[in-house]
Amino acid sequence: MATTTLGFIIQRPPYKSENPKLALTHAIASQSVEVYLEDGDLVTADIAFVGDGVLNCLKDQKAQDTYDLSSTETHIKMSLLLDLNVMVCKEDLDRFGLTEDDIVMDAEEFGADINVRVVPYSEIAKMMEEMNHLLFF
Amino acid sequence: MGKLTIGCFASLVGSLTLDFAVKLAGAALEKGHKVDFWVSGNGTMLSIKGQRAFKDYSFLEKSVQELMEKGLTITACEACAEARGYHADNTMEGFKRHSMDWYLASTFDADRVLHIGGE
Repeated sequence: MATTTLGFIIQRPPYKSENPKLALTHAIASQSVEVYLEDGDLVTADIAFVGDGVLNCLKDQKAQDTYDLSSTETHIKMSLLLDLNVMVCKEDLDRFGLTEDDIVMDAEEFGADINVRVVPYSEIAKMMEEMNHLLFF
Repeated sequence: MGKLTIGCFASLVGSLTLDFAVKLAGAALEKGHKVDFWVSGNGTMLSIKGQRAFKDYSFLEKSVQELMEKGLTITACEACAEARGYHADNTMEGFKRHSMDWYLASTFDADRVLHIGGE
């Protein structure tokens, strides 16, 4: 039994490119990876929004209404439902004048038990040091 | 020898990112490493067969076929491909199609994971 840890670092803003959504869909795919692995082996995904990437976390996104597409916000909520560790860099939120009131923090309506964590960059850096592999989006 | 997992999300045409990733895969295979190559998003364009070589556009079908003969395992995100109209019957022979968990599973025993580019 072994676990490989992946850190998904999202640094691009939402909707300008596909990258942030691909980061989240790939991270969510960690939940079904066992079909390819031996019993007991795992791949885990931690997610961190940094730089312009924190803009992905703005709440009340209208992608569904405007483009008939699932929003990045919905994918973040799905990540919470699946108990993925989702972190947002506090310093970068501050840089945009944003607070926890402006971003998606939970997914109670989905039944998620955990919340997004707004953390200092030092904590994200610590996570990155601990991961086996990092994927930058 | 080690195992390298390369993920690339950049399109075939528009930058040289995918060209670089394919060349890197070739260099690793030459050194005797095992290489898994994953394309997702616009990168799935690489999987289309019947690419035509022009001097002004990247052309990687021949390179990919040669690398597959040398042992490259290359897989496209099936959903990303289907969303773009790249169907199984238009996919290069030997080019696999799976869901995103294939990529994550490949990282499990990889010595290095290189996630290259996007748009």
